[in-house]
Amino acid sequence: MPAAPGAEIPAGERRSGYEFMSRETRAMQDDDITNPGMLWVLDGEALWNRKDGAAARACADCHGDARGSMKGVASRHPAWDPASGRPVNLEQRINACRIVRQQAAPLAYESRDLLALAAYVALQSRGMPVAVTIDDRTRPYRDAGRDTFTRRQGQLNLACTQCHDERWGRKLAGSTIPQAHPTGYPLYRLEWQSLGSLQRRLRNCMIGMRAEPYAYGAPEFVDLELYLMWRARGMALEAPAVRP
Amino acid sequence: MARAVVNVPATVRRGEIIEIKALVQHAMETGFRRTQLGEVIPRDIIRQLVCTYNGAEIFRAELHPAISANPLLAFSTIATESGTIEVTWTGDKGFSVTQSATITVV
Repeated sequence: MPAAPGAEIPAGERRSGYEFMSRETRAMQDDDITNPGMLWVLDGEALWNRKDGAAARACADCHGDARGSMKGVASRHPAWDPASGRPVNLEQRINACRIVRQQAAPLAYESRDLLALAAYVALQSRGMPVAVTIDDRTRPYRDAGRDTFTRRQGQLNLACTQCHDERWGRKLAGSTIPQAHPTGYPLYRLEWQSLGSLQRRLRNCMIGMRAEPYAYGAPEFVDLELYLMWRARGMALEAPAVRP
Repeated sequence: MARAVVNVPATVRRGEIIEIKALVQHAMETGFRRTQLGEVIPRDIIRQLVCTYNGAEIFRAELHPAISANPLLAFSTIATESGTIEVTWTGDKGFSVTQSATITVV
């Protein structure tokens, strides 16, 4: 049952986008051999072990084996970052590490390397429940994200909540409207023929509402990511997922 | 270097039909798209996939512009002997990637 206007979807009715997909697309995600996202994971693993920057250090030099050290990291992001005094998402955390620890240039948003590293890190949390921390420091940002989610915007004057809380399961043209739980990012979208970040997906939705999308890495997007992850709390991570 | 994955069952009985799955990283640029300035983006696709089983060719496919990026091809053969199944993709701009998998027939 779609939620009443402005109400959140109860925990028992939360569904991953996976459950709205065809059998074929599910099979593609379920098998690591056929999941094209795993090609980026292979790239990410190579980058993890490659020395880079003026410090000539690899991610592995500090963090060791990602299979242990990165377990659960993606399920906790966006997370509070004392250095910048606000929550940062996984991509920003990777770039902060590059700048400060590796003394290397940050990777551009949606660049192949950043997607690959994010996919490799996110894979280590596969199956773990989403568990972002909402405390006195992060709560205002979560609330700002909720404001963005519930505010009407764009020339079509739509709010995210109108589709994803109130009308999930119904059709938008030929596609089923999902509940917008970001449990599989970065994910391989068949429409993109590529891996993409959550912010790329959010920009798609905003363009669809004929709203001006925020720039990649904009604080408004990170707040929205934080709200969406909190909204999906307890759901299992499935990165790198496949979506139609 | 493009990533590629070839998957076969690790151990099978002689005479069994096995499925070979071959996934490769490639943009498969069709050659029909244009940039915002109207210039044609040159075609850059995989032209051919060849699969050998202990050196003998068992499967060959021609790929065309309508095939998706990062193409996955699955095909089958009969397991006759232990050895190596090797897949080679070749294409435009000198693209060539080879990936193999080993199979044990009991």
